[in-house]
Order: sequence, then C-alpha cells, then structure tokens
Amino acid sequence: MIRLLEAVGRGVLSVFDTLGRFFVLAARTASGVVRPPFAFRATALQVARVGADSVPVVVLTALFTGGVLALQTFKGFSRFHAEGYIGSVVALSMLRELGPVLTGLMVTGRAGSAMAAELGSMRVTEQIDALVTLATDPVQYLFVPRVLAGILVVPMLVVLADVTGILGGYLVAVAYLGANPVVYVENTFQFLDMEDLTSGLIKAAAFGGLLALIGCQSGFDTRGGAEGVGRSTTAAVVLGSLAILIADFFLTKVLF
Amino acid sequence: MESRGEPAIRLTGLSKAFDGKVVLDRLDLTVAAGESIVVLGTSGTGKSVLLKHVIGLLQPDAGTVEISGEDFWKAPRMRRDRIRRKFGMSFQEGALFDSMSVGENIAFPLTRHTAKSPREIRERVTECLEMVRLPGIEAKRPSELSGGMRRRVGFARAIALAPEILLFDEPTTGLDPITTDVIMRVIEELGSRLNPTTVTITHDLKVAFAIADRVALLYGGKIALALPPEEFEKSDDPHAAAFVRGDSTLEPEDGREVAPPASPPPPPRGSATIGAEP
Repeated sequence: MIRLLEAVGRGVLSVFDTLGRFFVLAARTASGVVRPPFAFRATALQVARVGADSVPVVVLTALFTGGVLALQTFKGFSRFHAEGYIGSVVALSMLRELGPVLTGLMVTGRAGSAMAAELGSMRVTEQIDALVTLATDPVQYLFVPRVLAGILVVPMLVVLADVTGILGGYLVAVAYLGANPVVYVENTFQFLDMEDLTSGLIKAAAFGGLLALIGCQSGFDTRGGAEGVGRSTTAAVVLGSLAILIADFFLTKVLF
Repeated sequence: MESRGEPAIRLTGLSKAFDGKVVLDRLDLTVAAGESIVVLGTSGTGKSVLLKHVIGLLQPDAGTVEISGEDFWKAPRMRRDRIRRKFGMSFQEGALFDSMSVGENIAFPLTRHTAKSPREIRERVTECLEMVRLPGIEAKRPSELSGGMRRRVGFARAIALAPEILLFDEPTTGLDPITTDVIMRVIEELGSRLNPTTVTITHDLKVAFAIADRVALLYGGKIALALPPEEFEKSDDPHAAAFVRGDSTLEPEDGREVAPPASPPPPPRGSATIGAEP
C-alpha cells in the first residue's frame, strides 16, 4: 500500500517537476527574446528550416482532410437536403479547427521532433556545456530562434493548409459529387468571417510556440546517450501533440 | 608558487552529491595564477564533476568557488558570464558545434564576445589553428576530423579569447600514443606561449608528469594529496603509490566511502541545470 502511494507520489512529483521546468524555460526563453544579442539570422534560418520541412506534409494532410470533410458532410447533409452547405462546412471547419490543429500536429512530428533530436545530441556530446563555457546562455541561443520560428511559421503554414483544405473539398465536391463549381465557391465564402481566420491563426501561433518549446525542452533535458536522444524525440512528439490538443480546447473556449 | 597575490582558482569545502551518492566531499583546492595543475583519479572518482564546478557548469551543494577572488555563485548571472570569459575549456571529445565548420567554431566566441571585424576574426582563427598545429582546415566540418584533430580544434576554440585559465578534460583519453604525444606537445606549447593557469584532469600519468607543476590526486571526494611531480612519484601515500604503479592491491581497504560507481555519475542535467545556470 505504502509502495503504491510512493509510486503515485513520485509520478505526481515528476509531472509537476516537468511542468515547473517548462514554465521556467518558457520564462527564460521570453527574457532571451528581449535581451541582446538578438538572433535575427538564426531565427530566419529556423523559419526556413521549419517551413521547408513541413510544407509537403501539411499540404497533403490538408488536401485529403478537405476532401474527406466534403465526402462526410455530403453523406450527412444529403439526408436532409442541405448539400448546398458543404462548402461552408468545409471552409469553417478548416479555418477554425482542422487547419491549425492538424498543421500543429504535423509540424510537431516534423520540426518538434527534429529540434528535440538536434538539442538532444548537442546535450550528449557536451555541445550545450561548451556553449555555457563560451559564456553563451544555451536557452537564449538555442530556444529563442526555434520558438520564434514556431510562432511565425505555423500561422503561415495554416494559411496554406486552409487554402489547400478548401481546395480539397472543392475538388471532391465538384469532380466527384457533381456540385456546381460556381455555386460551391459562392457557398464556401458565404458564411465566412474574418474572425474565423484570425481565431485559427491565433491558435496556430500558440501551437507553434508550444511545440517548439516542448521540442527544445525535451532535447535540452536529454540524458543517457543515443538512447536518451531517442526518448527525447518521442517525448517531444507525444507531449507536443497532447499539449496542442489540450491547448486547443482552452483556446477555443476563450476565442469562441 | 603559491602565495603570489590572489589565487586564480580557490575551491573551498566543495560538496556535491547526485541522487544521494556523494561525489565531492568538502573538497579544498587552490590553484595559483599561472600554475599548471593536473588532477589524477581513477575512472568515476568525479574528476569531470570537479572540473565542471570550476567553470560553473555545475553548482555545488555546499562550498564556494572563487575565481580570482570572486565568489562565482554569489555573482549575478551577467557577471557570471563575464567570469566565464576568463576561461577556455576543452572537452573530452572536443564538443565542437557540428552545425558549423571548423573556422566558424573557433570564430564563435570571437563573434559573440568581441567587436572584431570579420577580417580580424579570420586572422585570429588562422592564428589559433596554427597554435594547435592544424593550419588551413577552417573549411572542414567537425565530422570530417579524427578524434585527435577534433580535440585540437576544441583547444583552438578554447584559446580564441586568450583566456587566463585553461581547463582540459581528459585531453588524451582514448587516443593512440603518437596522437597523445602531439596533444601533449600542443598543451605544453600553449602553456609557454599563453602562460595561463591550467587545470587538466586525466588518468594518464605520462601526461600528468609532462605538463604539471603540481599533481593532485582525487580520492574519496577529496584532494588526497597535491605535490610537485617528482615528489608525487615518490610519495608513500598508498593511493598515490597504487596509482603510480598501477597496482590495485596497493589500495588500502580503509572502509572509506569510495563514492564512485563503475561509470562516471550522470550529471543531473535536469535538476542541476535549472536553478543553476546552463
């Protein structure tokens, strides 16, 4: 019984330990953003890397998701003769919800894991210690460009995902379900609001910052050689995805 | 050699435990300015841990680290980075940034901490590479270098800012005898050209006797003795004798807590780094 309680206690402690560290590192990253030296070039490099890494997978995901949305909505809406609203449903779902969330998850898989692997191998080969001995704050030097890149790039990718998703819906509706192209397009934008787009982009920026911070933290806290790097990479993806889904709920509540 | 002004490094009552395992136990060590001290110890005695305390990569559980008379952990964060600029540290495997070329590695501290022009930086990089006898390899990637070369590039990066204190973490471990000899000569040369205070940790006696003004033995979390090389060699301290002759049967079984496990204790990256610095 006592052993069970001990195990539970340890688990709880370690969760709070990780959470506490997350906020400490987030604060140090934030202070690193406003403190010189400013990392314009490094940030630009990360933007390019995260973006280039993620574009193909984001485009494919969004294209097929838009298509599936159109198919599923057709199935349901045709039961009460509301096929005319497929375009609206696809566009609203993509902009408000699926664009940011799916993009966030995909970028976590591509870029968040890559950050964890890179920082993890820097940790186990003492490169992070070397940074400290060269009087360089590793959190500022490594986290700041990556987190800024996440915050900047994910919204851009989301715009791309929104467009491709709507395109996917259009292709399925027009080419496969036989909708009238002009009516479909009109219908798509009929109920759209600027606020639908901005709420999605705010989410996207938050997800980008989260996934980068979690990727960096997982890598930064790596212990135990190559195996440890593997564990960190997995942790970056699992924790990053969870964080995005949880944050999505709360952000949706706030932004509704 | 002691007693000339403020010592470069003074460790007082330094203690550190990892997960309840004591690695350093109220350790005292003073290194005079310009002195070359070599710390010997068997694998896992906490030599690296000791070195990481000197440059503030690890924060002690108790005790103080003073650099040129300044208490490192009492200083504010910005000041700590200033103090660190007095140091150049060379890591066991070089710890070169593998996202950068050799030249960029050596230029890193220069671009970050000096206002030198790109041309001046290039010249300094060339100069540093010549000092470690690897001229003209600026454009190579760290992955293209052999282990010995990587370490020497690590030296070059460490001396780029002309530090007052050089730290060498196992500079020759795992290298062939010829490469070891090259490294030793480079270290000696750096010593005579830059006249830094140096702390070297190793378990290689040959290296120790070649470059040390004083040889110290780390045992049981303390500096068991610290003597000039000739005296160290002849010392009748049982630990020193066992080490010098490489004879484990000479080790006294005095039941003293021999802290080290078989492998070096894992530095608790998570917790040590948080309240502390890196």
